[in-house]
Parts: sequence; structure tokens; C-alpha cells
Amino acid sequence: MYRIVSSKPLAENIKKIEIEAPRIAKKQQAGQFVMLRVNPTGERIPLTIAGSDAEAGAISLIVQGMGKSTKELNSLAEGSSIPDIVGPLGTPSHIENFGTAVSIGGGVGTAIAYPTAVALKKAGNHVITINGARTKELVILEKEMKSVSDEAYITTDDGSYGYHGFVTQKLQELIDSGKKIDFVLAIGPIPMMKAIAEVTRPYGIHTVVSLNPIMVDGTGMCGGCRVTVNNETKFACVDGPEFDAHQVDFSNLADRNRIYQSEEKTSSEAGDHQCRMHGSH
Amino acid sequence: MDAKNITNKERMAIPRQPMPAQDPTERSRNFQEVNLGYTPELAMKEALRCIQCKDPVCIKGCPVNIKIDQFILKIAEGDFLGAAKKIKEDNVLPAVCGRVCPQEDQCEKECIIGRKHEPVAIGNLERFVADWEREHGTMELPPIKAATGKKAAVIGSGPAGLSCANDLVRHGHEVVVFEALHELGGVLMYGVPEFRLPKDIVSKEIEGMKNMGVEFRTDVVVGRSVTIDELMQEEGFDAVFIGVGAGLPWFMGIPGESLVGVLAANEFLTRVNLMKAYDFPAKSDTPVFDCKGKNVAVFGGGNTAMDAVRTAKRLGADHAYIVYRRSEAEMPARVEEIHHAKEEGIEFLLLMNPLEFLGNDRHWLTGVKCIKMELGEPDDSGRRRPVPIEGSEFVLPIDMAVISIGNGSNPLIKQTTPEIETSKRDTIIVDINTMATSKDGVYAGGDIVTGGATVILAMGAGRTAAKAIHEKLMGTTAGYDEW
Repeated sequence: MYRIVSSKPLAENIKKIEIEAPRIAKKQQAGQFVMLRVNPTGERIPLTIAGSDAEAGAISLIVQGMGKSTKELNSLAEGSSIPDIVGPLGTPSHIENFGTAVSIGGGVGTAIAYPTAVALKKAGNHVITINGARTKELVILEKEMKSVSDEAYITTDDGSYGYHGFVTQKLQELIDSGKKIDFVLAIGPIPMMKAIAEVTRPYGIHTVVSLNPIMVDGTGMCGGCRVTVNNETKFACVDGPEFDAHQVDFSNLADRNRIYQSEEKTSSEAGDHQCRMHGSH
Repeated sequence: MDAKNITNKERMAIPRQPMPAQDPTERSRNFQEVNLGYTPELAMKEALRCIQCKDPVCIKGCPVNIKIDQFILKIAEGDFLGAAKKIKEDNVLPAVCGRVCPQEDQCEKECIIGRKHEPVAIGNLERFVADWEREHGTMELPPIKAATGKKAAVIGSGPAGLSCANDLVRHGHEVVVFEALHELGGVLMYGVPEFRLPKDIVSKEIEGMKNMGVEFRTDVVVGRSVTIDELMQEEGFDAVFIGVGAGLPWFMGIPGESLVGVLAANEFLTRVNLMKAYDFPAKSDTPVFDCKGKNVAVFGGGNTAMDAVRTAKRLGADHAYIVYRRSEAEMPARVEEIHHAKEEGIEFLLLMNPLEFLGNDRHWLTGVKCIKMELGEPDDSGRRRPVPIEGSEFVLPIDMAVISIGNGSNPLIKQTTPEIETSKRDTIIVDINTMATSKDGVYAGGDIVTGGATVILAMGAGRTAAKAIHEKLMGTTAGYDEW
């Protein structure tokens, strides 16, 4: 059993959860993830590690309540436990001093962009962060992103805070302003990552995305997470999750992620129903 | 007739006792065990067929060398618990092995009776006594030697790791088993379906090992969570056994393989067996492809393919096909599994090879383009090579495709402990007498060495490694008990 040390709301439906997992905290590197189960009949879900404290033996995850498992995880009280968490999994981000590096986080993807931004800064890059959200209330990690950035931008789709527009527009503006950009990391919803890839492609800017396919074991034994990169089949859990954005078949990824759409809805509705019957916990 | 006053002629007159089984139509709709097991009467009758030969060659056919003649004699005498104890001296998972071993290629193949008649049903008898002990007796612990103060790490809790851990703990070593998944048992939990091997039976057999003092740590991926060097240098392990299996699924590399609805047998079976997706959404949060009223094709001819296709049928598939490029005679699956599959209404499309998966505008699988094959000259494996028949292409409409053409080695250990020598196929190279790898103190066995093989061969390798590890740790061959 793995104890939840703390669970704090960051925005509507989004929480930062710290879990006691000493082995993972000791080994974790930017870009890696865990698989966890929230209850004894639970499914295994992948979540990227947002940060770790080796001394305290804990890692932190930033979780958006989307379906049954994530909502249940977000409802767990501090001090309670989950049966399983395993990691760190995946190949760590490739970090070097690229020169000027832009780290872009869309929505809860910012939680993943953050540890990589920290590592990029540490490697000596001039770090620019673009932190995008739909609206002001959903902006997360503003302070943290700023603290590692040489330049930090917040964008909101509705203009309620920061720059009015999408992260892609902000990136395009930076490119148009003549800034020399050597590396872009983009993490967020599939359409966002795809759009970023199209922005940087004409300029030949090395761009990396962290993919989020469906996973079961997360250790390379099932191939459920396979993605097409440069017309080759790769397993995101062992070969990734980070890949060259200009070589990823995003539409195939989007199609494959829809396979259990109706089952997910059934499960989530059953979960909501149960919560109402038992009262909130 | 009893065990003492029976002539060999009378023994020979007893036919091999068939295994009672669930009705095929009934069972093709549930996940309960197909074979129902012997009753005490059937077991005692079958045990009488063993002639207790002076040189029991059946023992040589068993990769862990169970004292077959002795345990069968105890059954004939009605001492079922005594028989169980005798098996446990050599085999830690008798309820498992009695169910999943290919006895026809091992112990039963050697049986003298089998030269003229049907061989003694050794597997059915092994299963019977293990079940009897679990259901009736207390599962007694075998003797354990005084603590040696030495520590061994076992990576992987599949059959190889379990059998190695069992022998090591009995010799007085401290043993910690590291498992990447959240459940113990390896392929016994995620691969072999409930209807062939109930999961609570696997868990109970492993429970016995916990009681003997083996420590199990789940959720640890060696190579990611911790490396072999860290285990030896920082965590104080004197030896390491690698039993991580062959779990990396192969795909066919044909067009359309990334369509929605095409998956590896490992994924399909893991969802259903380990995650119990057949109970979704009531008792499991893990979904699986909705097979109800659909057409499902499984590509391959091994036991995994049979497990996958029978699982699809149980999930409600209208048509569940096996698509195999050779003929039935070349199928690597056990004859019993092929027979069971046919009884359950599985449709066999033999001598057919898939060329391309076809999909709709949403990129969901709609069919597979196949070509018919005929058998030509034998190839390197000695099996006749399938050759395509020109112009025989056709389209089979399917909603789900399960790829079951074999597994390779997971590259994680190789990547993180490069000094362990591996073959071109990424299997670990060992000395076959000791299972020692090229790294001092590190041993390996099971599918990670041989490529995909059987449960019992992996267990045999685990035993061989345990002996070598014991000798290495104690610096002598003295004191190694074969039990």
C-alpha cells in the first residue's frame, strides 16, 4: 500500500497529490511516468511524475478528474492509501544545452512540462515557458513555471488571463519576433501537440512531444500503447513517451485513444452513481 | 482390486480414466474451469494403472524430476496427503503443472504403459492430489534448513522465479522476489485464462511460499525502479536470478496493423485475466474490446492463440476464428487445447496468411485480406513450409484481430546491465549446467534464456539455477539436498 501524503486542489477538477514511494522518488528523472491503481478492482492508469522528493521518499502527481479512476484518485483523503504504484517508467527526457528551449504545457500537460523545464534550465538553456489554459481558473503551476523561466507566458483561450489565444499563436509570435529557438517541448491534448508540430515544422525547429496513448502494463509487454513514429511501430511505454513531433502520426494516436470511449462513459457514470449513493467522501 | 493384490494383467485391463469436463456449449459462455478434475475413485483407479517399474523413466521426462512412481503409489493406497507431500519435494506448483504442462511431450511420453496402451494420466493425478491437499488438508510446509545469512534476489515471479526461490529458501537463504506487475505468478496470472487455470489456485500455491519465508515485492520493475548492480552493491544481495520471461509481443508488420481493433494476444489476455475485464464494469474498472455479436480472428497456432480465441468466444463473439498459415498437424498448441477449442465452436481457417488489415474512415478494423497457402518442402524447423497460392486472395470481415505469433525479450535488463551477454534474439546467454550468465553472481532461466517455452521447462531451469546459486553462496557442493 502506498500512502497519500497530501492532496491539494490546484484548479477546478485538478489536484496535486503527493504519494509515498521511496524507490520511485529516488530514481525519477524528467519525462518519466508511473502506473497506478486506485482500488483493488481498479484499472492501471499512467500518470506522469510532476516532481519528487528523494529525501522524503515521495513523488507528486498532478491529476485532472476526467473519468472513473482519476476522479476516484482525486477524492481520496490525505493519509489514505492506494494499492499499487510502479515506476519510474519510460525513457527519461533527453536533456542538453540546446540554447533557447521553449517548454509548452497545455492544460494539465503543464504538470509534465514543468519537470522538463526545470531540467532544461539546469542544463543551462535559456528557458521560455508557455503555459496554456482554457480560462483563468484552470491555470496551474504559474508560480513554479515562472521560477524556472527566463521568459514566462500564460495564455487563455478566452483571454480571461494573460495572452488571449492558443499556445500555438504565442509560439508563432515568438518565432515571428525573430527569436532564435533551438528546441521546443510540447505537452498537452493531442490536437495541441499536433498544431505545435505544424508551427515548428517549416522552421526545422527540433520539437519533442510526450504522447499519451492507452496503456495497460507500462513495461513493454502488451503493445497497447503502440504509436507510429516515422512509419515505424514504437511502444510509448518503453521507447517513449517522448518522440520527435515531426515524425508522429497524431491522427492514428487520436483514433486509437477512442477505442474504449463508450466503456469509459459507462464506467464513469457507474462511478458517479455510486458516489451519490454513498454520499461524498 | 487394491494396490497390493493386483496382477499386472488386471492393471493393463483398466482403461485410462478420462477427465470429467464442463459441457462444451455451457462452458463456451463462462470463465469457469473447463476440466473438473478426478474424483477420489477415479484417481485411485487411474493410479492402479501404474506398474511401479524398476526404472521409472517417466521421472526423466519431468523437467523437475518429480518422484512420480512414489506419489502414484500413495494415491493407489488412498494416502492423498502423503502423495501431495511427495510431489512438493520437487515441485512447488503441482496444481498449476498438473493443469498446464504438456505431459504428452514429457512425463507421459516416457511412460512404459504408453508403448502398448494409453500412458498413465500422470498430469491428472498430480492435479488431483494438489487440489485434494488444498481443499482438505492443511498445506504442510516442507522442511527448511537453518539460515545461512546469504541473500538472493529473484527477478520475476513467474514459474522460473518461483521454483528458484522455493529451492533457495529451503536451503536457508534469505530470498526476495521482485515482480513488475501488481500480482504474482507471471504468465500464470496474465496469460493462461481462468478457464484453464483458476487464479485463486495460483495465488494459494504462492501463499505457501510466503509461509516458507519467501518475501515478495510487487510493483518493482528491475531496470527502471532499481538496477541489478544496485541490488548487489547497495541492497546487499549476494546473488541474482533473472526469470523475467519473454513478454515482448511480436507484430506482423503488415499494412493496417495500427488500426483500432488490432491488438496483441498479450494485451487482450492481460486485460481479461489479470485485470478481470470480463467482470467490467461491475467488479473491474478495466474495459476490453466488446466482442458481443462480433467477428474475431486470432492469428497464430500456439497455446496462446487457443487461449485468446476461446476467451473471445466467452466474451460473446459470434464467430471466433483461428487463422493459421500451416495445417493443423503443424500447430504448436497442445492437442487437448485444439480439441477443446473445436468443441466450443471455434472456427479453424487453416493454410491462410493475412496480407493486410482493412479499416473504415474512422480507422476501425473491418476486415483482413488473406491469401490461401499450400504446404511445400520442409523448412529449418522441419515443418513443411507454407507457400502462397497465387490469385487466391480473399477478404474475411472481422471486427477485432488478435496477433498471437510469439514473443521476444524485453530489452530493459539488457539496456541497464549491458555486461550480461545476450544473443542476437536478445535472450540471455547462460552456461546450461549452472544457468550462470556472463556477470558474476547473476543467473538466468526460463523464457528469457530459451525464448517462449513451457511452464515446466522454466521451473526446471529455476531449480538448476538454485543449485548453482547455493553452491556459489556456500563455496561448496556439500549440503545441497535434492530433497
